[in-house]
Amino acid sequence: MATANQEEVRLLGKWASPFSNRIDLALKLKGVPYKYFEENLANKSDDLLKYNPVYKKVPILVHNGNPIAESLIILEYIDETWKNNPLLSEDPYERALARFWSKTLDDKILSAIWNACWSDEKGREKAVEEALEALKILEDEIKDKKFFGGETLGLVDIAANFIGYWVYILQEIAGLELLTLEKFPKVYKWSQEFINHPVIKEGLPPRDELFAFFKASASK
Amino acid sequence: MADEVILLDYWVSPFGMRVRIALAEKGIKHEYREEDLRNKSPLLLQMNPVHKKIPVLIHNGKSICESLIAVQYIDEVWNEKSPLLPSDPYQRSQARFWADYVDKKIYEVGRNLWTKKGEEQEAAKKEFIEALKLLEQELGDKTYFGGDKIGFVDVALIPFYTWFKGYETFGNINVEKECPKFIAWAKRCMQVESISKSLPDQDKVYGFIVEITKKFGLE
Repeated sequence: MATANQEEVRLLGKWASPFSNRIDLALKLKGVPYKYFEENLANKSDDLLKYNPVYKKVPILVHNGNPIAESLIILEYIDETWKNNPLLSEDPYERALARFWSKTLDDKILSAIWNACWSDEKGREKAVEEALEALKILEDEIKDKKFFGGETLGLVDIAANFIGYWVYILQEIAGLELLTLEKFPKVYKWSQEFINHPVIKEGLPPRDELFAFFKASASK
Repeated sequence: MADEVILLDYWVSPFGMRVRIALAEKGIKHEYREEDLRNKSPLLLQMNPVHKKIPVLIHNGKSICESLIAVQYIDEVWNEKSPLLPSDPYQRSQARFWADYVDKKIYEVGRNLWTKKGEEQEAAKKEFIEALKLLEQELGDKTYFGGDKIGFVDVALIPFYTWFKGYETFGNINVEKECPKFIAWAKRCMQVESISKSLPDQDKVYGFIVEITKKFGLE
Protein backbone atom coordinates (compact mmCIF):
# COMPACT_ATOMS: atom_id res chain seq x y z
CA MET A 1 0.00 0.00 0.00
CA ALA A 2 1.17 3.52 -0.67
CA THR A 3 2.10 5.63 2.32
CA ALA A 4 -0.24 8.54 2.72
CA ASN A 5 0.92 10.91 5.44
CA GLN A 6 -0.93 14.07 4.43
CA GLU A 7 0.00 13.36 0.83
CA GLU A 8 -1.91 15.25 -1.77
CA VAL A 9 -1.80 13.71 -5.22
CA ARG A 10 -3.68 15.37 -8.05
CA LEU A 11 -3.80 14.48 -11.71
CA LEU A 12 -4.83 17.02 -14.32
CA GLY A 13 -5.75 15.01 -17.38
CA LYS A 14 -7.98 14.26 -20.33
CA TRP A 15 -9.98 11.06 -20.13
CA ALA A 16 -9.58 10.20 -23.82
CA SER A 17 -5.82 10.78 -23.94
CA PRO A 18 -3.56 7.73 -23.74
CA PHE A 19 -0.81 9.94 -22.27
CA SER A 20 -3.07 11.03 -19.45
CA ASN A 21 -4.29 7.46 -19.00
CA ARG A 22 -0.72 6.23 -18.48
CA ILE A 23 -0.67 8.18 -15.22
CA ASP A 24 -4.02 6.78 -14.06
CA LEU A 25 -2.71 3.27 -14.72
CA ALA A 26 0.55 3.84 -12.82
CA LEU A 27 -1.16 5.40 -9.79
CA LYS A 28 -3.73 2.59 -9.71
CA LEU A 29 -1.02 -0.09 -10.01
CA LYS A 30 0.70 1.42 -6.99
CA GLY A 31 -2.53 1.89 -5.06
CA VAL A 32 -1.92 5.63 -4.68
CA PRO A 33 -5.09 7.58 -3.86
CA TYR A 34 -5.44 10.69 -6.00
CA LYS A 35 -7.84 13.39 -7.11
CA TYR A 36 -8.50 13.59 -10.83
CA PHE A 37 -9.35 16.81 -12.58
CA GLU A 38 -10.61 16.72 -16.17
CA GLU A 39 -9.14 19.55 -18.21
CA ASN A 40 -11.03 21.26 -20.99
CA LEU A 41 -8.26 22.05 -23.44
CA ALA A 42 -10.39 24.66 -25.18
CA ASN A 43 -10.60 26.49 -21.87
CA LYS A 44 -7.48 25.66 -19.88
CA SER A 45 -7.69 25.99 -16.13
CA ASP A 46 -5.56 28.44 -14.16
CA ASP A 47 -3.96 25.44 -12.50
CA LEU A 48 -2.90 23.95 -15.82
CA LEU A 49 -1.28 27.19 -16.92
CA LYS A 50 0.38 27.56 -13.52
CA TYR A 51 1.65 23.99 -13.32
CA ASN A 52 2.77 23.54 -16.92
CA PRO A 53 3.61 26.97 -18.27
CA VAL A 54 6.14 25.55 -20.73
CA TYR A 55 3.82 23.30 -22.74
CA LYS A 56 0.34 24.06 -21.33
CA LYS A 57 -0.62 20.42 -21.77
CA VAL A 58 -1.84 17.46 -19.78
CA PRO A 59 -1.15 15.17 -18.04
CA ILE A 60 0.27 17.00 -15.04
CA LEU A 61 0.84 15.28 -11.73
CA VAL A 62 0.80 17.57 -8.70
CA HIS A 63 2.28 15.95 -5.59
CA ASN A 64 2.09 18.03 -2.41
CA GLY A 65 1.91 21.12 -4.57
CA ASN A 66 4.87 20.16 -6.78
CA PRO A 67 3.99 19.76 -10.46
CA ILE A 68 5.52 17.27 -12.88
CA ALA A 69 4.75 17.30 -16.62
CA GLU A 70 5.46 14.93 -19.54
CA SER A 71 3.97 11.47 -19.10
CA LEU A 72 7.16 9.36 -19.20
CA ILE A 73 8.85 11.70 -16.74
CA ILE A 74 5.81 11.50 -14.46
CA LEU A 75 5.89 7.69 -14.64
CA GLU A 76 9.52 7.60 -13.46
CA TYR A 77 8.70 10.03 -10.67
CA ILE A 78 5.82 7.82 -9.54
CA ASP A 79 8.06 4.75 -9.61
CA GLU A 80 10.75 6.48 -7.54
CA THR A 81 8.31 7.93 -5.02
CA TRP A 82 6.06 4.92 -4.40
CA LYS A 83 8.31 1.90 -4.32
CA ASN A 84 5.73 -0.92 -4.29
CA ASN A 85 4.95 -2.78 -7.53
CA PRO A 86 8.00 -1.35 -9.30
CA LEU A 87 7.59 -0.33 -12.94
CA LEU A 88 11.30 -0.41 -13.64
CA SER A 89 13.91 -3.05 -12.88
CA GLU A 90 16.73 -2.31 -10.45
CA ASP A 91 19.27 -3.36 -13.07
CA PRO A 92 20.66 -0.33 -14.94
CA TYR A 93 20.76 -2.11 -18.30
CA GLU A 94 17.15 -3.28 -18.05
CA ARG A 95 16.20 0.28 -17.04
CA ALA A 96 18.02 1.67 -20.08
CA LEU A 97 16.14 -0.75 -22.33
CA ALA A 98 12.79 0.17 -20.79
CA ARG A 99 13.54 3.86 -21.26
CA PHE A 100 14.62 3.22 -24.84
CA TRP A 101 11.41 1.39 -25.72
CA SER A 102 9.18 3.93 -24.01
CA LYS A 103 10.92 6.73 -25.90
CA THR A 104 10.79 4.82 -29.19
CA LEU A 105 7.05 4.32 -28.68
CA ASP A 106 6.60 8.06 -28.21
CA ASP A 107 9.04 9.30 -30.86
CA LYS A 108 8.39 6.83 -33.63
CA ILE A 109 5.75 4.15 -33.16
CA LEU A 110 2.71 5.97 -31.79
CA SER A 111 2.91 8.78 -34.32
CA ALA A 112 3.24 6.36 -37.25
CA ILE A 113 0.06 4.54 -36.23
CA TRP A 114 -1.82 7.72 -35.35
CA ASN A 115 -0.91 9.27 -38.72
CA ALA A 116 -2.10 6.20 -40.57
CA CYS A 117 -5.47 6.29 -38.81
CA TRP A 118 -5.98 9.95 -39.63
CA SER A 119 -4.39 9.97 -43.07
CA ASP A 120 -6.26 11.23 -46.11
CA GLU A 121 -6.52 9.36 -49.41
CA LYS A 122 -3.33 10.89 -50.75
CA GLY A 123 -1.02 10.01 -47.90
CA ARG A 124 -2.73 6.80 -46.85
CA GLU A 125 -0.58 4.19 -48.54
CA LYS A 126 2.71 5.53 -47.25
CA ALA A 127 1.29 6.20 -43.77
CA VAL A 128 -0.04 2.65 -43.52
CA GLU A 129 3.31 1.25 -44.65
CA GLU A 130 5.06 3.20 -41.89
CA ALA A 131 2.52 2.09 -39.31
CA LEU A 132 3.05 -1.55 -40.23
CA GLU A 133 6.82 -1.06 -40.01
CA ALA A 134 6.36 0.42 -36.56
CA LEU A 135 4.28 -2.54 -35.42
CA LYS A 136 6.88 -4.92 -36.83
CA ILE A 137 9.47 -3.26 -34.60
CA LEU A 138 7.28 -4.03 -31.58
CA GLU A 139 6.58 -7.57 -32.78
CA ASP A 140 10.32 -8.22 -32.94
CA GLU A 141 10.82 -6.79 -29.47
CA ILE A 142 7.99 -8.45 -27.54
CA LYS A 143 9.04 -11.92 -28.78
CA ASP A 144 7.48 -14.48 -26.45
CA LYS A 145 7.44 -12.34 -23.33
CA LYS A 146 4.16 -11.99 -21.50
CA PHE A 147 4.77 -8.27 -21.04
CA PHE A 148 7.46 -5.97 -22.42
CA GLY A 149 8.91 -5.99 -18.92
CA GLY A 150 8.90 -9.79 -18.71
CA GLU A 151 6.61 -11.64 -16.34
CA THR A 152 5.20 -8.51 -14.73
CA LEU A 153 3.71 -5.42 -16.28
CA GLY A 154 6.10 -2.47 -16.28
CA LEU A 155 6.92 0.95 -17.65
CA VAL A 156 6.97 -0.05 -21.32
CA ASP A 157 3.62 -1.82 -21.09
CA ILE A 158 2.03 1.28 -19.58
CA ALA A 159 3.70 3.47 -22.21
CA ALA A 160 2.27 1.11 -24.85
CA ASN A 161 -1.33 1.57 -23.66
CA PHE A 162 -2.09 3.24 -26.98
CA ILE A 163 -1.04 0.04 -28.75
CA GLY A 164 -2.94 -2.20 -26.37
CA TYR A 165 -6.22 -0.34 -26.52
CA TRP A 166 -6.51 2.85 -28.57
CA VAL A 167 -5.19 1.33 -31.81
CA TYR A 168 -8.12 -1.08 -32.12
CA ILE A 169 -10.64 1.72 -31.79
CA LEU A 170 -8.86 4.11 -34.14
CA GLN A 171 -8.20 1.52 -36.83
CA GLU A 172 -11.84 0.48 -36.81
CA ILE A 173 -12.95 4.05 -37.29
CA ALA A 174 -10.40 4.53 -40.07
CA GLY A 175 -11.40 1.29 -41.75
CA LEU A 176 -7.86 -0.05 -41.53
CA GLU A 177 -6.40 -3.36 -40.43
CA LEU A 178 -3.13 -2.50 -38.79
CA LEU A 179 -2.88 -4.52 -35.58
CA THR A 180 -4.45 -7.92 -36.14
CA LEU A 181 -3.82 -11.43 -34.86
CA GLU A 182 -2.74 -12.51 -38.33
CA LYS A 183 -0.33 -9.70 -39.00
CA PHE A 184 1.25 -9.27 -35.55
CA PRO A 185 0.37 -12.30 -33.41
CA LYS A 186 2.80 -11.46 -30.62
CA VAL A 187 1.77 -7.83 -30.19
CA TYR A 188 -1.85 -8.95 -30.44
CA LYS A 189 -1.33 -11.53 -27.69
CA TRP A 190 0.42 -8.93 -25.55
CA SER A 191 -2.50 -6.53 -26.01
CA GLN A 192 -4.90 -9.16 -24.72
CA GLU A 193 -2.73 -9.76 -21.64
CA PHE A 194 -2.58 -6.00 -21.16
CA ILE A 195 -6.27 -5.22 -21.29
CA ASN A 196 -7.15 -8.25 -19.17
CA HIS A 197 -4.75 -7.34 -16.39
CA PRO A 198 -7.03 -6.71 -13.37
CA VAL A 199 -5.80 -3.18 -12.64
CA ILE A 200 -5.45 -2.11 -16.27
CA LYS A 201 -8.93 -3.33 -17.09
CA GLU A 202 -10.40 -1.01 -14.47
CA GLY A 203 -8.11 1.86 -15.40
CA LEU A 204 -8.77 2.16 -19.12
CA PRO A 205 -11.50 4.52 -20.33
CA PRO A 206 -14.75 2.80 -21.44
CA ARG A 207 -14.53 1.52 -24.99
CA ASP A 208 -17.90 2.75 -26.24
CA GLU A 209 -17.30 6.28 -25.04
CA LEU A 210 -13.80 6.32 -26.48
CA PHE A 211 -15.13 5.05 -29.80
CA ALA A 212 -17.83 7.71 -29.86
CA PHE A 213 -15.31 10.42 -28.97
CA PHE A 214 -12.92 9.58 -31.80
CA LYS A 215 -15.72 8.92 -34.26
CA ALA A 216 -17.01 12.40 -33.59
CA SER A 217 -13.52 13.83 -34.16
CA ALA A 218 -13.24 11.88 -37.41
CA SER A 219 -16.36 13.37 -38.87
CA LYS A 220 -15.26 16.95 -38.20
CA MET B 1 37.17 -8.24 -14.93
CA ALA B 2 37.83 -4.99 -16.75
CA ASP B 3 34.86 -3.19 -18.26
CA GLU B 4 34.84 -2.85 -22.00
CA VAL B 5 33.29 0.46 -23.00
CA ILE B 6 32.98 1.60 -26.59
CA LEU B 7 31.31 4.76 -27.85
CA LEU B 8 30.11 4.90 -31.46
CA ASP B 9 29.91 8.57 -32.25
CA TYR B 10 30.33 11.37 -34.79
CA TRP B 11 32.56 14.25 -33.79
CA VAL B 12 30.12 17.07 -34.49
CA SER B 13 27.03 15.47 -32.92
CA PRO B 14 25.83 17.31 -29.82
CA PHE B 15 24.14 14.08 -28.73
CA GLY B 16 27.42 12.20 -28.92
CA MET B 17 29.11 15.01 -27.00
CA ARG B 18 26.73 14.46 -24.09
CA VAL B 19 27.91 10.88 -23.67
CA ARG B 20 31.56 11.95 -24.04
CA ILE B 21 31.13 14.44 -21.19
CA ALA B 22 29.48 11.84 -18.95
CA LEU B 23 32.25 9.32 -19.59
CA ALA B 24 34.90 11.97 -18.90
CA GLU B 25 33.17 13.23 -15.78
CA LYS B 26 33.17 9.71 -14.35
CA GLY B 27 36.70 8.97 -15.54
CA ILE B 28 35.59 5.93 -17.53
CA LYS B 29 38.20 4.40 -19.81
CA HIS B 30 36.64 3.77 -23.17
CA GLU B 31 37.29 3.39 -26.87
CA TYR B 32 35.95 6.18 -29.07
CA ARG B 33 34.97 5.10 -32.57
CA GLU B 34 34.16 7.68 -35.18
CA GLU B 35 31.36 6.57 -37.52
CA ASP B 36 31.07 7.58 -41.15
CA LEU B 37 27.37 8.37 -41.26
CA ARG B 38 27.20 7.86 -45.02
CA ASN B 39 28.68 4.41 -44.57
CA LYS B 40 27.53 3.10 -41.22
CA SER B 41 29.54 0.30 -39.69
CA PRO B 42 28.05 -3.19 -39.29
CA LEU B 43 28.54 -2.76 -35.56
CA LEU B 44 26.39 0.38 -35.48
CA LEU B 45 23.64 -1.29 -37.48
CA GLN B 46 23.78 -4.31 -35.21
CA MET B 47 23.83 -2.31 -31.98
CA ASN B 48 21.10 0.18 -32.94
CA PRO B 49 18.92 -1.65 -35.45
CA VAL B 50 15.82 0.40 -34.65
CA HIS B 51 17.19 3.89 -35.28
CA LYS B 52 20.63 3.23 -36.82
CA LYS B 53 21.92 6.40 -35.19
CA ILE B 54 24.80 7.52 -33.03
CA PRO B 55 25.66 7.84 -30.23
CA VAL B 56 25.64 4.22 -29.12
CA LEU B 57 27.30 3.24 -25.88
CA ILE B 58 28.44 -0.37 -25.79
CA HIS B 59 29.21 -1.73 -22.32
CA ASN B 60 30.56 -5.27 -22.20
CA GLY B 61 28.87 -6.03 -25.49
CA LYS B 62 25.46 -4.57 -24.60
CA SER B 63 24.27 -1.46 -26.38
CA ILE B 64 22.57 1.56 -24.90
CA CYS B 65 21.05 3.95 -27.44
CA GLU B 66 19.72 7.51 -27.15
CA SER B 67 22.08 10.03 -25.58
CA LEU B 68 20.10 10.94 -22.46
CA ILE B 69 19.37 7.29 -21.75
CA ALA B 70 23.09 6.51 -22.10
CA VAL B 71 23.98 9.37 -19.74
CA GLN B 72 21.52 8.08 -17.13
CA TYR B 73 22.92 4.57 -17.55
CA ILE B 74 26.46 5.86 -17.00
CA ASP B 75 25.27 7.77 -13.93
CA GLU B 76 23.63 4.65 -12.48
CA VAL B 77 26.44 2.19 -13.18
CA TRP B 78 29.40 4.41 -12.24
CA ASN B 79 27.69 5.85 -9.23
CA GLU B 80 30.57 6.27 -6.85
CA LYS B 81 31.58 9.71 -8.09
CA SER B 82 30.22 12.86 -9.74
CA PRO B 83 26.48 12.17 -9.66
CA LEU B 84 24.80 13.81 -12.64
CA LEU B 85 21.22 13.39 -11.44
CA PRO B 86 20.11 14.56 -7.98
CA SER B 87 18.97 11.95 -5.48
CA ASP B 88 15.60 13.52 -4.69
CA PRO B 89 12.83 12.17 -6.98
CA TYR B 90 11.22 15.56 -7.52
CA GLN B 91 14.50 17.21 -8.45
CA ARG B 92 15.27 14.28 -10.71
CA SER B 93 11.95 14.78 -12.49
CA GLN B 94 12.76 18.44 -13.03
CA ALA B 95 16.23 17.64 -14.37
CA ARG B 96 14.68 15.13 -16.79
CA PHE B 97 12.04 17.65 -17.80
CA TRP B 98 14.59 20.31 -18.74
CA ALA B 99 16.90 17.86 -20.51
CA ASP B 100 13.87 16.72 -22.50
CA TYR B 101 13.07 20.38 -23.23
CA VAL B 102 16.56 20.79 -24.69
CA ASP B 103 15.87 17.75 -26.88
CA LYS B 104 12.55 19.10 -28.08
CA LYS B 105 13.58 22.69 -28.64
CA ILE B 106 17.25 23.45 -29.03
CA TYR B 107 18.28 20.93 -31.68
CA GLU B 108 15.34 21.36 -34.07
CA VAL B 109 15.04 25.11 -33.73
CA GLY B 110 18.82 25.57 -33.89
CA ARG B 111 18.91 23.52 -37.05
CA ASN B 112 16.22 25.70 -38.61
CA LEU B 113 18.42 28.72 -37.96
CA TRP B 114 20.99 27.56 -40.48
CA THR B 115 18.88 25.48 -42.86
CA LYS B 116 15.91 27.77 -43.40
CA LYS B 117 15.45 31.17 -44.94
CA GLY B 118 12.97 34.03 -44.87
CA GLU B 119 9.90 33.75 -42.66
CA GLU B 120 10.77 30.26 -41.41
CA GLN B 121 14.17 31.46 -40.31
CA GLU B 122 12.70 34.52 -38.61
CA ALA B 123 10.31 32.30 -36.69
CA ALA B 124 13.21 30.02 -35.72
CA LYS B 125 15.23 33.00 -34.45
CA LYS B 126 12.38 34.11 -32.22
CA GLU B 127 11.78 30.58 -30.92
CA PHE B 128 15.48 30.00 -30.28
CA ILE B 129 15.95 33.14 -28.21
CA GLU B 130 12.74 32.41 -26.28
CA ALA B 131 14.01 28.93 -25.47
CA LEU B 132 17.35 30.25 -24.25
CA LYS B 133 15.58 32.84 -22.12
CA LEU B 134 13.42 30.15 -20.55
CA LEU B 135 16.54 28.14 -19.79
CA GLU B 136 18.15 31.25 -18.27
CA GLN B 137 15.12 31.57 -16.04
CA GLU B 138 15.43 27.95 -14.98
CA LEU B 139 19.14 28.41 -14.25
CA GLY B 140 18.37 31.41 -12.02
CA ASP B 141 21.30 32.30 -9.79
CA LYS B 142 22.83 28.86 -9.84
CA THR B 143 26.34 28.34 -11.15
CA TYR B 144 25.20 25.34 -13.15
CA PHE B 145 21.80 23.78 -13.76
CA GLY B 146 23.07 21.03 -11.45
CA GLY B 147 23.83 23.57 -8.70
CA ASP B 148 27.44 23.87 -7.56
CA LYS B 149 28.55 21.16 -9.94
CA ILE B 150 27.49 20.23 -13.45
CA GLY B 151 24.50 17.96 -13.72
CA PHE B 152 22.19 16.25 -16.18
CA VAL B 153 20.83 19.41 -17.75
CA ASP B 154 24.27 20.99 -18.14
CA VAL B 155 25.45 17.84 -19.92
CA ALA B 156 22.34 17.82 -22.11
CA LEU B 157 22.67 21.45 -23.11
CA ILE B 158 26.32 22.53 -23.31
CA PRO B 159 27.13 20.57 -26.51
CA PHE B 160 24.86 22.88 -28.49
CA TYR B 161 27.12 25.77 -27.51
CA THR B 162 29.70 24.41 -29.94
CA TRP B 163 27.18 25.09 -32.71
CA PHE B 164 26.54 28.70 -31.69
CA LYS B 165 28.98 30.29 -34.09
CA GLY B 166 27.08 28.58 -36.89
CA TYR B 167 23.66 29.46 -35.48
CA GLU B 168 24.67 33.08 -34.99
CA THR B 169 26.35 33.57 -38.34
CA PHE B 170 23.75 31.85 -40.50
CA GLY B 171 20.82 32.83 -38.34
CA ASN B 172 22.00 36.39 -37.94
CA ILE B 173 21.50 36.54 -34.18
CA ASN B 174 23.68 37.69 -31.32
CA VAL B 175 23.09 35.34 -28.43
CA GLU B 176 25.37 37.17 -25.97
CA LYS B 177 23.40 40.37 -26.48
CA GLU B 178 20.00 38.69 -26.05
CA CYS B 179 20.93 36.11 -23.41
CA PRO B 180 24.06 37.18 -21.53
CA LYS B 181 23.33 34.89 -18.59
CA PHE B 182 23.20 31.93 -20.92
CA ILE B 183 26.58 32.76 -22.43
CA ALA B 184 28.04 33.31 -18.95
CA TRP B 185 26.81 29.84 -17.96
CA ALA B 186 28.25 28.33 -21.13
CA LYS B 187 31.64 29.92 -20.49
CA ARG B 188 31.66 28.58 -16.94
CA CYS B 189 30.93 25.11 -18.33
CA MET B 190 33.79 25.37 -20.78
CA GLN B 191 36.10 25.78 -17.76
CA VAL B 192 35.06 22.34 -16.52
CA GLU B 193 37.64 19.81 -17.64
CA SER B 194 35.28 16.97 -18.55
CA ILE B 195 33.39 19.38 -20.80
CA SER B 196 36.27 21.23 -22.44
CA LYS B 197 38.12 18.04 -23.30
CA SER B 198 34.98 16.39 -24.72
CA LEU B 199 33.83 19.14 -27.06
CA PRO B 200 35.18 20.05 -30.49
CA ASP B 201 36.37 23.56 -31.26
CA GLN B 202 33.57 25.99 -32.19
CA ASP B 203 35.51 27.06 -35.27
CA LYS B 204 35.80 23.48 -36.47
CA VAL B 205 32.06 22.96 -35.99
CA TYR B 206 31.43 26.20 -37.85
CA GLY B 207 33.63 24.95 -40.69
CA PHE B 208 31.52 21.78 -40.81
CA ILE B 209 28.29 23.79 -41.05
CA VAL B 210 29.75 25.95 -43.84
CA GLU B 211 30.72 22.81 -45.76
CA ILE B 212 27.25 21.30 -45.39
CA THR B 213 25.47 24.48 -46.44
CA LYS B 214 27.66 24.69 -49.56
CA LYS B 215 27.15 21.03 -50.34
CA PHE B 216 23.38 21.19 -50.06
CA GLY B 217 23.05 24.68 -51.46
CA LEU B 218 21.69 26.13 -48.28
CA GLU B 219 23.56 29.44 -48.27
